[in-house]
Amino acid sequence: MVHVPSAEEAAITTAIEPPRLYRSREQRVVAGVAAGIAHHLRLPVVGVRVAFVVLIGFSGLGVLLYAAFWAVVPPATAGPPKRRDLGELLPFVAIGLGVILIQVLVFESSGVSATAGWLVAVIAVGTGIIWHQSAPERRRAWRETLPQVPWLGAVVDESDRRAFLLRFIGGGLLVAVGVIGVVAVYSPRGDFAAVVNGVIFALVGLAGVGVVTAPVLWRTFNQLRAEREGRVREQERAELAAMIHDQVLHTLALIQRNAADPKAVQRLARGQERTLRNWLYKPTASPTERFAAALEQVAAEVEDTFGLSVEAVVVGDRGTDERVGALVAATREALVNAARHAGVQTVSLYAEVEPEQLSVFVRDRGAGFDPARVGDHRHGVRGSIVGRMRRHGGRAEIISTPGSGTEVRLTLPVGPENRQPGPQSPRPTPERRQPGEGQT
Amino acid sequence: MSEPTSQPAGGAPEQPDGRRLRVFLVDDHAMFRTGVRAELGAHVDVVGEASTVAEAVSGIAAVGPDVVLLDVHMPDGGGRAVLDAVLRGSGVARPSVRFLALSVSDAAEDVIGLIRAGARGYVTKTISPDDLAAAIQRVADGDAVFSPRLAGFVLDAFAARSDTPVVDPELDQLTNREREVLRLLARGYAYKEIAKELFISIKTVETHVSNVLRKLQMSNRYELSRWAADRRLI
Repeated sequence: MVHVPSAEEAAITTAIEPPRLYRSREQRVVAGVAAGIAHHLRLPVVGVRVAFVVLIGFSGLGVLLYAAFWAVVPPATAGPPKRRDLGELLPFVAIGLGVILIQVLVFESSGVSATAGWLVAVIAVGTGIIWHQSAPERRRAWRETLPQVPWLGAVVDESDRRAFLLRFIGGGLLVAVGVIGVVAVYSPRGDFAAVVNGVIFALVGLAGVGVVTAPVLWRTFNQLRAEREGRVREQERAELAAMIHDQVLHTLALIQRNAADPKAVQRLARGQERTLRNWLYKPTASPTERFAAALEQVAAEVEDTFGLSVEAVVVGDRGTDERVGALVAATREALVNAARHAGVQTVSLYAEVEPEQLSVFVRDRGAGFDPARVGDHRHGVRGSIVGRMRRHGGRAEIISTPGSGTEVRLTLPVGPENRQPGPQSPRPTPERRQPGEGQT
Repeated sequence: MSEPTSQPAGGAPEQPDGRRLRVFLVDDHAMFRTGVRAELGAHVDVVGEASTVAEAVSGIAAVGPDVVLLDVHMPDGGGRAVLDAVLRGSGVARPSVRFLALSVSDAAEDVIGLIRAGARGYVTKTISPDDLAAAIQRVADGDAVFSPRLAGFVLDAFAARSDTPVVDPELDQLTNREREVLRLLARGYAYKEIAKELFISIKTVETHVSNVLRKLQMSNRYELSRWAADRRLI
């Protein structure tokens, strides 16, 4: 059981906790060290900065201290960093140059040791940069500051990697230069061998830094990658869960409520099955562009409206135009007629795309009728099917026998010139609506 | 896939000698096996069940059923693995058992894949019990169970390559008659309606359908991989 502190307790804890030193984000000029110290010690910021700059004069002590603080002190986590005011940096650079100038003029005699001090400062800055960059806190800080947009962390981390490499190499160069310089300065012989020694020392030093930081780096990168993979998996899971929740669970709930109405249950189950199948298997095609997709849409509409199953098989595919659209509309009318009048649970829809013509067959095993006895006033068949097909240069035949069902045959001659991509890229599969009685 | 295109046979299917058909169930969902067993109990003898590929292979070898109802998607390889192990397994004499795939999936790759592996038919789990019993009977008799959708897949597959150079026309090309039969099947005609329409006997229709199935199974690998590549199945 986790102890959850009450509001009062929390207040007390916050009050008692000693104030910690953070690098300031609000008032930073370089890294917020000076501002952080000033805030911590309740001193004026400018004073602290001037102190740092003046300390540069003592063999680079200012830089050394600043680097040490930067490496060790964590940044304040509240709020996004403000933009640095680079203009503010100028006076301090000027002061620093002045201090160095004075030092050079006044303490010129102490040449060698002063140079060595500077070089040590350079090494310190380089190591500080490397250490600082490899600290995992830095990465964690990114995620902590922006918890509401986790992807931003990844983006930032990603782009941060380049900056990371740049600074790492920069730091390494500084260390190398410093070490070479120190060895060269202290070498009794000011010759080429000293520089070679320096290079060797520098390499050893760099290798040392590398050995120290490599495990940390490796762990950080691994952790980062694992997190990214986890995020992708989580996203897929969430998408699937949303699909199941939005569609499947709701449908199942509706089915439970409609258990007494088998027709409604069948319609719901069929619609859900179609959606799930499409989602799982089917490449999506636009019903306004492809013949097969348009037929599937029509079949789905009829299924939903009339609660029966349309067993659709489409062989081949092509693009649509006005005439093909008319064929689809006539197919729809034929399906609706079958659903309305045949009194069956299943209607077959078969369509085939051939180079020179499109054929559609709508067949049911229902009541059937005698075509000769259909009254002239019935426009469904004559207008919507036969007439429409004739207007667009196609043909419609209706074969029906009372008692053994009806078949509507629609054909539409098409020119090869507007045939879509061709036999190399037929539509992946005939559509996958599930036929069957649904009684099992 | 749906009900087989023949009209459901009346009464319980029986072998010529009056023996009831022996059926073996392979499905990893116990509930579904129970349901099928209950539904089929009146028509056939369910002589065994298996929920994994290994169980199925040893079970089929042990009981020697007439027909195996085979689920397509199972862990460790599914129906394909069972077919491969039983029909092409090493050391075992090829048993005279026939396979009917019974799956919730009617994706082209599943259907064609199972047929090519040696299943004699493919129906989906929404099929009605009577139709399933009829399909089992037909498979046991040596016929193929060809649903409209399967016919559509086959037409699609052969149409897609009809204008490419055919390597082995004897084997890979459908005859016009076979194509006509398939078209009528895809339009929802029953075998006897096809026979009436084409003025041939039902037996001839069945022969055509069996030939199509044989061609589908024996199409050479070049065509198969081309077909699959066209559809981005591999």
